[in-house]
Amino acid sequence: MSEPWEDDELDGPVRKFMYVNRRAPYGTIYALESLEVVLIAAAFEQDVTLVFMDDGVYQIKKGQDTGAIGVKNFSPTYRALEGYDVEKLYVEKESLESRGLTTDDLVVPVQVVNNDQLAELMEEQEVILSF
Amino acid sequence: MKISVLVNEGPYQHQSADTAIQFTKAVLAKGHEIFRVFFYHDGVNNGTRYAVPPQDDRNITEQWTEMAKEHNLDLVICIAAAQRRGILDENEAKRQGKEGHNMADGFRISGLGQLIEAGIQSDRMVIFGD
Repeated sequence: MSEPWEDDELDGPVRKFMYVNRRAPYGTIYALESLEVVLIAAAFEQDVTLVFMDDGVYQIKKGQDTGAIGVKNFSPTYRALEGYDVEKLYVEKESLESRGLTTDDLVVPVQVVNNDQLAELMEEQEVILSF
Repeated sequence: MKISVLVNEGPYQHQSADTAIQFTKAVLAKGHEIFRVFFYHDGVNNGTRYAVPPQDDRNITEQWTEMAKEHNLDLVICIAAAQRRGILDENEAKRQGKEGHNMADGFRISGLGQLIEAGIQSDRMVIFGD
């Protein structure tokens, strides 16, 4: 049963929403609260694109263990995105490489794009939310 | 033009809340429409009625409240972010068994769907955060 505040009825066109994740998963709450936005937003059947860049690439790194800092490891939730039809995931090449990571290190399949391609992708969006 | 504003930082710690207020005022002064102001992350702290800044400083929450009253603004605080940080309206305080509520006048509490709706319904979404 959904809560009353989740019953928002929406009219209007489908828009291109991009969520840009730029920060490390822990240390601040931005990554977790960004994921909450994406999960809620998925219910509104918009055209959703997720980008991971800068330290945001660490959000989807495999093998996260948060036991020592007493914070919930929410990285498994990224694997559930596909079930919400959130399938357009992009990682900025420069951010990934400068941190010594490859796509094998990530918990979800992504498309790797360079800085210029990402700029083009951003150009196509109607709403960009950056966290 | 129809504009929505997203405030992602709390008052006083960051310039963002002040800038968001000034931006919103400027938008209205130019004759544009503010569809909604949405408060997320620590931005929810803009809506606490219990903030008491020194008298010679600005009162950010009161500035929002006055602007909302004057221009009939829709100031929406994200419920999940608010509950984490102890921002409750009267209904939520009752529902959670808390003795008092601290939501300032002119604000209302709702879900993230209101943020998405703002993105869909507005010509521009302008975000304030550090």
